[in-house]
Amino acid sequence: MGKTIAEKIFDAHRVNMPFPDTHVLKLDRVFCHEITTPIAITDLMARGMDRVFDPTKIKAVIDHVTPAKDSKTAEQGKILRDWAKRHGIKDFFDIGRNGVCHAIFPEKGFVRPGYTVIMGDSHTCTHGAFGAFAAGVGTTDLEVGILKGVCAFHFPKTIKFELNGTLKPGVYAKDLILFIIKELTVNGATNMVIEFTGPVVDAMSMESRMTLCNMAIEAGGTCGICYPDMTTVEYLWDFIKEEFDTKEDALKEYSKWISDADASYEKVYEYDVTNLEPMVTFGYKPDQVKTVNEMSDTKIDQVYIGSCTNGRIEDLRIAASILKDQKISDDVRAIVSPATPDIYSMALKEGLIEIFQNAGFCVTNPTCGACLGMSNGVLANGEACASTTNRNFNGRMGKGGTVHLMSPATAAASAIEGKITNSQLYKA
Amino acid sequence: MKEFSGKVLFLDRSDINTDEIIPAKYLTEITKEALKPYLLEDLTLTGFNNEDIKNKAVLVTRANFGCGSSREHAPWALEVNGINVVIAESFARIFRQNMYNCGMFAIELPKEKIEFLFENYAGKDSSIIIDIEKDKIIVTSADQSIEIDFKVGEFDKTLVKEGGWVGYADKNY
Repeated sequence: MGKTIAEKIFDAHRVNMPFPDTHVLKLDRVFCHEITTPIAITDLMARGMDRVFDPTKIKAVIDHVTPAKDSKTAEQGKILRDWAKRHGIKDFFDIGRNGVCHAIFPEKGFVRPGYTVIMGDSHTCTHGAFGAFAAGVGTTDLEVGILKGVCAFHFPKTIKFELNGTLKPGVYAKDLILFIIKELTVNGATNMVIEFTGPVVDAMSMESRMTLCNMAIEAGGTCGICYPDMTTVEYLWDFIKEEFDTKEDALKEYSKWISDADASYEKVYEYDVTNLEPMVTFGYKPDQVKTVNEMSDTKIDQVYIGSCTNGRIEDLRIAASILKDQKISDDVRAIVSPATPDIYSMALKEGLIEIFQNAGFCVTNPTCGACLGMSNGVLANGEACASTTNRNFNGRMGKGGTVHLMSPATAAASAIEGKITNSQLYKA
Repeated sequence: MKEFSGKVLFLDRSDINTDEIIPAKYLTEITKEALKPYLLEDLTLTGFNNEDIKNKAVLVTRANFGCGSSREHAPWALEVNGINVVIAESFARIFRQNMYNCGMFAIELPKEKIEFLFENYAGKDSSIIIDIEKDKIIVTSADQSIEIDFKVGEFDKTLVKEGGWVGYADKNY
């Protein structure tokens, strides 16, 4: 019997199995941010164990509330900053160089095929786009990761999606993952890895693959995974060119992190997604999904384009292509938050920032703030937001507020109309 | 080891997420105790009153409890309110692991057993005792009592007995 990619990664990283179905794995990366890490740090200090297993494998960023909005968030940043300095963690991204964790860490080339990655953040599943096993964990798992470089997991049962056909213009990875979550429901993939495969995924950029893997957790999945291919190698090339003579050599090496044809799956879903329409959520669960056309005319108060799901350059390009020479509705306010400083710079050079500003958008610094109602775009009671983020939980972006999840294209079109709108009306 | 017995809080809904258990705006706290007043502040559940949390030690609920964010603030908010056990039809993976990592119990029971508990023990000032040696849950109200078998993995049980994952990992890795 063959193995899935996740099984191969487990085999290559297993330290031991102290109990049945308990696989303790060696970690290649431990990512940290200022919300879930400070309590791990203070607990390690209180235990007299203020150590790190390997400062080169730990990467840290201040991203959730940045710049600090009050004394408490300033204190969280300070704890992380002092700790990074104390332990010689060189890859620490402070204000001015910081971005949304699941955008900046891949951008810096920190994730490679076959890696094990944890972070105290549920959207860590994003990094599976590189053919890695990447899982969100709580603060205690993070604490042990920091201290010992290990984490315990159950056997990675896997669901496979074979996605055939071609996405129509105006339909993106976000629409596809919303459709998949609707099919799986919010706990359909609990304790499982989700493999995204097929011609649709092969044709996707790394940015789109990250959007796909990012929301695996919304179906309960431990990790989303795409197979590494030449697109992965091209994305990573600047970081790996010292290791390989040619891109083909890199591809050959990385190709060991692909599931065997006779691997065993919990379930295999095959879809032809050629006729997929733009999708949007309603209600308070990410599996409550309808087509944009079914939801059109739903009034909105705010539009938000950003986050670890859809704040990358490709997302900004798509949104700007719709907003060019347009104005947002007088009835909405709109915010765009490029996910990293590099994305911001690129957007500036390409004239995208100007397009957003001319349309009436507020452009913020890179931060997670609005997505979880912490800063930079919190909703008032009774308001609705057209958002490119990942969770529509009750009150997620502000108490009493509603969130409609959608693609950057749909969000841009909705900003112009002041209501949920199909971007296919705007795209040439 | 923590205390695993006492009065029961019944929450009759599936998919209660960690944003409902502890809203993100309180994640700026850097002590667990500071979370105490905010447990379940944003819970959407008809008939639920935050006063219901008082003096409870065990939470019984439906499917997929603790979905969403990885925030361990969710188990901590329960813990500082004296709730060290959640019994549900199923849990989100990260929440479940966080509970055991803190030396707390997340116990899964079949759907019909959960249904039975809601039908016969909800709204009756019921108590639950977890017998960790015999793997039994003893449920009691004024007029009735029942024992239900439960099963958790060896790893989970070890973490409960050792008081969590940090201590265990420090000794073994």
